[in-house]
Amino acid sequence: MTTVVNVTAPDETSKDSPRRIGALRISDVLSLVGAVVASISMTSIIYIYLAPVGGVVGYFATAYVLFLVAYALLVSFDENMTTVRDRMVLVAVHSLAATVFVTLVFVVVFALVRGAEALPHLNFFTQDMSLAGPLDPLSDGGIIHAITGTLIQISIALAITIPLGLTTAIFLNEIPGAFTRFVRTIVEAMTALPSIVSGLFIYATAILMFGLNKSGLAAALAISVMMLPIMIRAADVVLRLVPSTLKEASLGLGANNWNTMWRVTLPTARSGLVTAIILATARGIGETSPVLLTSGFTAAFNADPLHGPMVSLPLAIFQFVKSPEPTMIARGFGTAAVLMIIVVSLFLVARAIGGQTVAKKVKARERREQWKRDVREIYHAIAATLAKTDGRVRNNLSSASRRKALLRIRQQLAYIRSRFRSKGNKR
Amino acid sequence: MNDDKPRSLKMVSDSGDVVYRTVARTGGIIVLVIMTAIGVFLGFRASQALGEAGLSFFWTQAWEPDANNFGIAAVLIGTFIIALVAVTIALPLSLGTALYISEYAPRGLKQSLITLVDLMAAIPSVVFGLWGFFSLQGNIIDIAKWISRTFGWIPIFAVDGFSDDPLSSDTVFTASSFIAGIVVALMITPIMTSIMREVFSQAPVGEREGALGLGATMWGMIRSVVLPFGKGGIIGGTMLGLGRALGETIAVYMIISPVFSIQPHILQSGASSISSLIALKYGEATTFGMSALMAAGLALFFVTLVVNFGASAIVARSRSGASS
Repeated sequence: MTTVVNVTAPDETSKDSPRRIGALRISDVLSLVGAVVASISMTSIIYIYLAPVGGVVGYFATAYVLFLVAYALLVSFDENMTTVRDRMVLVAVHSLAATVFVTLVFVVVFALVRGAEALPHLNFFTQDMSLAGPLDPLSDGGIIHAITGTLIQISIALAITIPLGLTTAIFLNEIPGAFTRFVRTIVEAMTALPSIVSGLFIYATAILMFGLNKSGLAAALAISVMMLPIMIRAADVVLRLVPSTLKEASLGLGANNWNTMWRVTLPTARSGLVTAIILATARGIGETSPVLLTSGFTAAFNADPLHGPMVSLPLAIFQFVKSPEPTMIARGFGTAAVLMIIVVSLFLVARAIGGQTVAKKVKARERREQWKRDVREIYHAIAATLAKTDGRVRNNLSSASRRKALLRIRQQLAYIRSRFRSKGNKR
Repeated sequence: MNDDKPRSLKMVSDSGDVVYRTVARTGGIIVLVIMTAIGVFLGFRASQALGEAGLSFFWTQAWEPDANNFGIAAVLIGTFIIALVAVTIALPLSLGTALYISEYAPRGLKQSLITLVDLMAAIPSVVFGLWGFFSLQGNIIDIAKWISRTFGWIPIFAVDGFSDDPLSSDTVFTASSFIAGIVVALMITPIMTSIMREVFSQAPVGEREGALGLGATMWGMIRSVVLPFGKGGIIGGTMLGLGRALGETIAVYMIISPVFSIQPHILQSGASSISSLIALKYGEATTFGMSALMAAGLALFFVTLVVNFGASAIVARSRSGASS
């Protein structure tokens, strides 16, 4: 039995170009632009003649409300009510997201820009504030004491939280039971522990009970209490992602739990764990309130975490901007800029490490190898061309033939470049 | 027939396993001990002040521990006022941002936006405080004025001592719960956004496509699929944001000018919160005053704990429900 299939010529159907879905129509653009123009002009008129609200923020708020009204009106001219509602939500969602991103970026940029006044002074990074008074110019004094303090405190905090946090995360994942569930619930509730409460706790125990002075160590303990739940939770999530087949294979081959943990689970989750640690560090570095209660304040350099007050970057910012003097406030913003740069770079490092997977790593290595091969090839091509033309240029010293030779080199180079480019496009 | 009894398996743990289990369990126990010790020690230190003040601790507004006249009525309500202002502002912002990232954002942009939101959650609160004090405060006063002029008949927007005289000073509008609330709102927006986005992205694809295939608009699809599926995430994320807002210290402390009476006018200068009370008074506190501050800290601790437990329970339930 045979089946006859009617085969239509493919070019017959493909003549019709596919219908464009989701493309912009001219009326969409026009109503958007029209609404913007209408709202800005109306707001300007209101501001010049009526002025219910003042200031820049008020201007934008009024313009935005009028924009919504004008846009709804314009869309309703040629669409039905359902579409109008859809468009309003579209505009609202976009503008809310834009507000959030613009404001948050502005917060960061604001600190960096205002901090730019203090940052060019090199002494800002090499001196402390013990000899500089509030009235001294920015060319006196600096924040080396705060930078050192932050580094020492966060190092102690990491020395406590990394072993404890990772062990607890392993415990939550590997040893199931009612007790584990209880610990997990407690840890999750503690992630949002008010940071001032962790300061109070260390004040109540380490300082009041064990007689520790206000010092870098006490501050580091307070930061640890705050960082611990954050790190445990992040590491817990990462460890949960390790495929159980890997662990079972290791156990099935006769390894015990300890070896499986050291040689299989932890190496597999390494990049994620590093990310968890760095994220917790970024949070810990920026905390002010636990440090405020436990470290005391000093304007002098102190590298001894056991004795005497030790100031950290956020605490220094806090103390600087309490002063009414413009130079002190400039120093506060400079310190904030330094802190922001540290936090952002820690975060970017965390993302770079956390985004790595085995597949991505292999691909990146392949790309690097390919790039090396390309460079080598091009280098040889250039060298060969130069060697060929070099002799000719030297032999024919007349300027006309030299020009010709140079032209030739240029052509060769253009050819190599085009080859290189086409290769780059292929990938 | 031979009876099919399962062979009895005997676990033989070698020394490595024993060490492993002991180490892991010890880690868990230490963390648990630390976390419970927070409550126990705060309670222990607070007992002196609580015993002295008795129940009046909960309805006294003033804070004069050395005159034995202190309580958390004003600061607790102040904390809630600031947190509620913050959540009211942060809810639409984070809802919009989460919807944008999960539904509207171009595919290529999505991952960078998620990273950006996470980064924003790591900005130190003192940096937000700087922005609030030096940038926002000056720009927002006009809005506060307008609200108070237009909606002043609603009690919470009323401002004592405000006259429409253009020459009158603006100081009656500075350092208010409203401004502190806006700053805290921005601080809690990233965490709320990331929870809501995660829950939204778990809304089932089949239902989404079904809605769109039946001719729903984007908003129709969001309203009938994404929002109902993400309801738990919205509520839980908001409560988690509320928990953060209740505990925020430095940014609030930098902005408000503290008052120790219940101050329901959110636009008017003067506000209070438990955490800023502690940051303000710890330096000059006597032993008894410190005990009173510990009691205030304990109250804050319990309030945030209750809010967070509720929040994580709701988020956890909505997650398991969405995946089934």
